[in-house]
Amino acid sequence: MERFGSVISFREWQSQLKAALDPDRKEVTICGGTGCVAFGSPDVQKAFQEELEVSGLTEKVSVKRTGCHGFCEKGPVVIIRPEKVFYPNVKGKDVTEIIAETVLKGEAVDRLAYVDPGSDRKIFLDNEVPFYAKQQRSVFRLNGVLDPLDLKDYVARDGYAAATKALADMSPEQVIDEVREAGLRGRGGAGFPTGVKWGFCRKAPGDEKYLICNADEGDPGAFMDRSLLEGTPHAILEGMLIGAYAIGASHGAIYVRAEYPMAVRHTQIALQQAREAGLLGENILGTGFEFDVVIYKGAGAFVCGEETALIASLEGQRGMPRPRPPFPATNGYSGKPTNINNVETLANIPLIILKGKDWYKAIGTEGSKGTKIFALAGKVNNTGLVEVPMGATLRHIVEDVGGGVPEGRSFKAAQMGGPSGGCVPAKYLDLPIDYDSLQQVGAIMGSGGLIVLDDSTCVVNLARFFTDFVQKESCGKCTPCRVGTRRMLEILTRITEGEGQEGDIEKLEKLGEMIKCTSLCGLGQTGPNPVLSTIRYFRNEYEAHINENACPAGVCKALISYRILEEECEGCGACLRACPAEAITGGKREIHVIDQNKCIQCGICMEHCNFEGVIVE
Amino acid sequence: MGATPLKECTGSAQLSGDEVASLAEELDISPESNLIGLLQDVQDRFGYLPQEALQELSCRTRVPLSRIYGVVSFYEQFYTEPRGRHIVRCCRGTACHVRGGERVISAIEKTLGIEDGETSSDMMFSFDTVACLGACALAPLAVVDGVYHGKVTPRRAERILRRMVSAESPEGED
Repeated sequence: MERFGSVISFREWQSQLKAALDPDRKEVTICGGTGCVAFGSPDVQKAFQEELEVSGLTEKVSVKRTGCHGFCEKGPVVIIRPEKVFYPNVKGKDVTEIIAETVLKGEAVDRLAYVDPGSDRKIFLDNEVPFYAKQQRSVFRLNGVLDPLDLKDYVARDGYAAATKALADMSPEQVIDEVREAGLRGRGGAGFPTGVKWGFCRKAPGDEKYLICNADEGDPGAFMDRSLLEGTPHAILEGMLIGAYAIGASHGAIYVRAEYPMAVRHTQIALQQAREAGLLGENILGTGFEFDVVIYKGAGAFVCGEETALIASLEGQRGMPRPRPPFPATNGYSGKPTNINNVETLANIPLIILKGKDWYKAIGTEGSKGTKIFALAGKVNNTGLVEVPMGATLRHIVEDVGGGVPEGRSFKAAQMGGPSGGCVPAKYLDLPIDYDSLQQVGAIMGSGGLIVLDDSTCVVNLARFFTDFVQKESCGKCTPCRVGTRRMLEILTRITEGEGQEGDIEKLEKLGEMIKCTSLCGLGQTGPNPVLSTIRYFRNEYEAHINENACPAGVCKALISYRILEEECEGCGACLRACPAEAITGGKREIHVIDQNKCIQCGICMEHCNFEGVIVE
Repeated sequence: MGATPLKECTGSAQLSGDEVASLAEELDISPESNLIGLLQDVQDRFGYLPQEALQELSCRTRVPLSRIYGVVSFYEQFYTEPRGRHIVRCCRGTACHVRGGERVISAIEKTLGIEDGETSSDMMFSFDTVACLGACALAPLAVVDGVYHGKVTPRRAERILRRMVSAESPEGED
């Protein structure tokens, strides 16, 4: 790779690459994201390569492994270009047919079509699949198009054009103004205006400054940062480069979870490529600006997503937060001015610089601009990553994009913002979602985790689940979080075990408010949200657990029992053999019975029954 | 970083010859090194953090051993005991939880006879639950030796593990 010594020579290279892009090139793109890989996309890719080789088509047709397409539910996802024919759940044995029909003749293979769960209609083109068609993909526009490990592929699609614009044509102050006026707010959770944050760090006295990319995506249920780093690592580096130029930082770091091995690997490769091309390091593109980036892997502590804890971790210490002020903008890593931005925030930066603040400002609501990526999961048909403009409604995300709740069940609530967020019940399905509206209903944007709950989800159990998480991840430094969340967990455990007491709900409310007001960092200040919001909207379910010893959703083990339906039981013995408690009796071809005294409510019988003959009451 | 009296760094290498010492040389450790990165390197090599290695680290970085232990015990992914030959991890994230992940966890615990964070006495398996693996579309998710098993049922988890046991048993591979 040539090292570009000037902006001009880089721009020349970029125009050559752009001119060489052939829009009619036949190309098979296969999703190589973590989800699709788990469903076997490497085998599919190999099958395509082998088959094309055997047929002597390698010159004519290229095979590309891209980043995450976002529709993880349907992996492995394959798209045939230029027609953009979309095939979900592709297997190695489908490859010959896809090449013969779609690649060579341009005809779709009927039996492999995506069937829309709403209308049972067969859909062949990727931009007609509702999951994609109902989104507005701008940050995500290149995921699924690019080879993440090919710098040229990124540069040919305006990659680093924003960075060169900033470096060559804009002053740092102009960059900051552009980002501030665009209205971008931090996508990591708190929603602080990014341009303002950059301004603080720019103004902070000191020669040595740091820019850190926070990729410690610990919120269980959120995975857009992983996907962005895996799919378009150069876009994140470009965002960092622009940010570093704006605040005057020469050192960069990416703090990424060790649980994301592919994101780490792709980022490492991208870093190396950017250095070789002269886009990182000393005297970047001959502008005299110097910036380089180091990757740090986290070691498994949720609290390290908090700025001051992250800095402590980078410094090789226990990842515990400290009180602010002083803020990292003045006293951060090694006491130097430090700016920390989330992955998705940084991914927005090149777009703002390239297309301008006015373009960006036109998307979104009054107080929240741009798009937001949500990680849609739980009880929803189309699990995956969804990018919509700020202000889209929950109904749009869950029903139009997500295809609704499966198995004919009904939407109960959406848990938004992970352990720091709250439940948004069905009555707010039409609420336009942005930072401020979510706050008003007791949830938060958080990092964009959106878990759909249906009527078979017990909110008390879920609140217990989140409290257990927060309690385990509490670093123990401040008392309200360390002890308070433990007490809340004890009360919730008691309730889910059928030993709830009169006054427990009030105790939870009081404790929760106290922890929110008095904790040191964001973890404790938001930790009680899942409990408080579920009490706010589903108080009757808490009361049913406590007063009636009943779990309305049929989840809490101590409050439910399993029963075999006489009319369905064929006496096959599957449940009897599987039961770990030996609680099931019945001879061959006889109706089986569960002994409630021995039953441990594990649900394995239900799992093993071939006739759907076990029910929970 | 508080400076400790500088002892001679000999690599007290009781651990299989001079492995600790040679790794320490390889890593080029200095008081400026990033401690967490070093611990990760050591763990990558040995599968856990042997006490000898921590002593060597302390000596070379001049970070008191007590402080290193403080760091090691803070982070979930550091282990001070040897780990099993096979690492089974199960996600306990939200998406996995609402899709029945807890039952998968119990099935794994029951099949292996160990609980979250433990290693079987024959050193064949270690089992951990993880806060979230970020692959929520695959929920519930179990990862066995780095291979993702998506939409896993308690039954399938049990089968995967039993197959591994029988593949390693002397009677042969079925």
